[in-house]
Amino acid sequence: MATDTNNSSKQLANGLGWFSIGLGVAELATPNLVAKLIGVNDGSTTKKILRSYGARELAAGVGILYGSNPSGWLWARVAGDVLDLSSLVKAMTSDDNKRGRAIAATAAVVGVTVADVRCAMQLANSKSNQQNGRSSTMISSSIIIGRNVDEVYGFWRNFNRLPEILDRLEAVQTLDDKRSHWKLSLPLGRTLEWDAEITHEQPNSRIAWRSVSASVPHSGEVRFEPAAGGRGTKVTVEIRPEGHSTIFAKPFALAPEQHVIIALHNLKQLLETGEIIKSDASIHRGIHAAQPPADFPAGNNGLRSAAAV
Amino acid sequence: MRANCWMGKEHVSVETVPDPKILNQRDAIVKITSTAICGSDLHLYNGYVPSMESGDVLGHEFMGEVVEVGRGVQNLKKGDRVVVPFPIACGSCFSCQRGLFSVCENSNPNAWMAEKMWGHSPAGIFGYSHLLGGFAGGQAEYARVPFADVGPIKVPDGLTDDQVLFLSDIFPTGYMGADLCCIQPGDTIAVWGCGPVGQFAMKSAFLLGAERVIAIDRFPERLRMAREKVGAETINYEDVELLPTLKDMTGGRGPDACIDAVGMEAHSPGLVGAYDRAKQAMRLETDRPVALREAIMACRNGGTVSVIGVYGGFIDKFPAGSMMNRSITIKTGQCHVQRYLKPLLERIQNGEIDPSFVITHRMPLEQAPEGFAMFRDKQDDCIKIVLKPH
Repeated sequence: MATDTNNSSKQLANGLGWFSIGLGVAELATPNLVAKLIGVNDGSTTKKILRSYGARELAAGVGILYGSNPSGWLWARVAGDVLDLSSLVKAMTSDDNKRGRAIAATAAVVGVTVADVRCAMQLANSKSNQQNGRSSTMISSSIIIGRNVDEVYGFWRNFNRLPEILDRLEAVQTLDDKRSHWKLSLPLGRTLEWDAEITHEQPNSRIAWRSVSASVPHSGEVRFEPAAGGRGTKVTVEIRPEGHSTIFAKPFALAPEQHVIIALHNLKQLLETGEIIKSDASIHRGIHAAQPPADFPAGNNGLRSAAAV
Repeated sequence: MRANCWMGKEHVSVETVPDPKILNQRDAIVKITSTAICGSDLHLYNGYVPSMESGDVLGHEFMGEVVEVGRGVQNLKKGDRVVVPFPIACGSCFSCQRGLFSVCENSNPNAWMAEKMWGHSPAGIFGYSHLLGGFAGGQAEYARVPFADVGPIKVPDGLTDDQVLFLSDIFPTGYMGADLCCIQPGDTIAVWGCGPVGQFAMKSAFLLGAERVIAIDRFPERLRMAREKVGAETINYEDVELLPTLKDMTGGRGPDACIDAVGMEAHSPGLVGAYDRAKQAMRLETDRPVALREAIMACRNGGTVSVIGVYGGFIDKFPAGSMMNRSITIKTGQCHVQRYLKPLLERIQNGEIDPSFVITHRMPLEQAPEGFAMFRDKQDDCIKIVLKPH
């Protein structure tokens, strides 16, 4: 369904693109004819204006047909339409011009403007749908940790400790063998909670889960395998958001993949060095100069775990 | 405390900032007795290193007295006199176990940022951008030293600050530059750049058995230091054409190894220099690789090019054909300082080298802004500035 809308608005966009090019060439090459057609006098100023409008049409047409962001170029066309309309309104009020033709031209431009606006909006919508849709593709990342598989698996299987490595994960509470309750803190004091259920578990090898709450529909798994050459454990995390849930993108300043990568780095640091390394800047959320803190910032995940150890 | 802060391009300022605190159990706090301005600080000063924030405390060459240790530090105690290596390293990861401390896998809290820019992340570095961790630096009265049980080396009281301070960076960096050349008896080593790192690379090349060392620069005072303090032959590339001169000096064969101790802000006379400056200004290349290009072209067939000058991003007109067809080996890296601390401290104690020969200026920390401008403009024959915070 979404794809159909997408195709028809693309066809409309292509039509408008070629229309732009045709009109642009006409205005550039034969401004006299165009002036007659729309009923304005063909003095040298008019010709100059029409030629510049022609160049504008040509650029917009090429942009719509071949640019990477056709909806942006369509909005440029809309801006051009407004300019055309204001010129035509001026022409209609001048006695030098043929009012009837100018009115007809104005009506035509109004029609084209409506088409431009609709098409630009449809394309922009389908683009943002695609971007939201991206969150429903799988997030995957892996890291090698210089520890035995049972040690790494053992850390992860104790879900209660996962808040130490994942920023904004407030707490994970084990409900029974299979089920656990997860709580994420969001900006502005909001929280997000869901229950997860283990769907498959193979000790020292794999844990798969899915969310059983509608608030954060997703499934995921984490795999543990001996790294090549006896160099510790390769940990792979895969998370599959379901439906058009944007929850994985919205609470965070960073892309969700980044959070998984940072969590894996934190896990590696914790298991290999005993703690998660802090810098004078990294203890703050957001941008902060690399200066010692006046006080320990509150609510920072990493610091809390460092203080708790 | 007082600390020298990066405030923006070509603007540093000594500000009052909070005292450092223990943030990790393996931290120590060091009261700084001597600190220095590094040539690589000029890349920050000149605005060529991304991810700097106004207020960042600068400085990665420092030493001092331990005043506080975290619970995880067993080998240091209050009152110990230590030199601190500029790369921060955990000592236990894959890289550290192989002696590759400057690419420690665990010491950069912003590893994900560096991964985006460079594919993988190197170690964190004191006072050297947020890409490399956002650690406050050592041009200050005090500094927090993470993994203090791995990095800092205790130094005996018999040696002065001036003699051991440069173990923090430039002496091991120059030494590694020569070490990477796998010097054989009879070798001729050419060194681009006669700043402090270049001087130590030349001195180290002799220590490691080179027969001849050729120094390349354009500043007479730096070439004089290379001649008089190191014993190198010198070329001023503004007086002669560099590549033919190097060929003549080596019987047409070229130096056995070439060391680039210049990095991303190379100066070059004429068209090539103008070309790179223009492309850098238009952000079409981030680094000006004149010295690196020349080092590759000059090096003998089958020789080694050792790159210890700092690069940040991308270069163009890289002579890949010359490199590949002539069996050139390129070796490079930020210095794995922790690997060299002990052997180089021994060389200082044995009197094989006194690193203080590069110092031309000493000033209080409060004068750091004047120091930066003086160092950048090479005023008053400035080669190396040591700052005293207390």
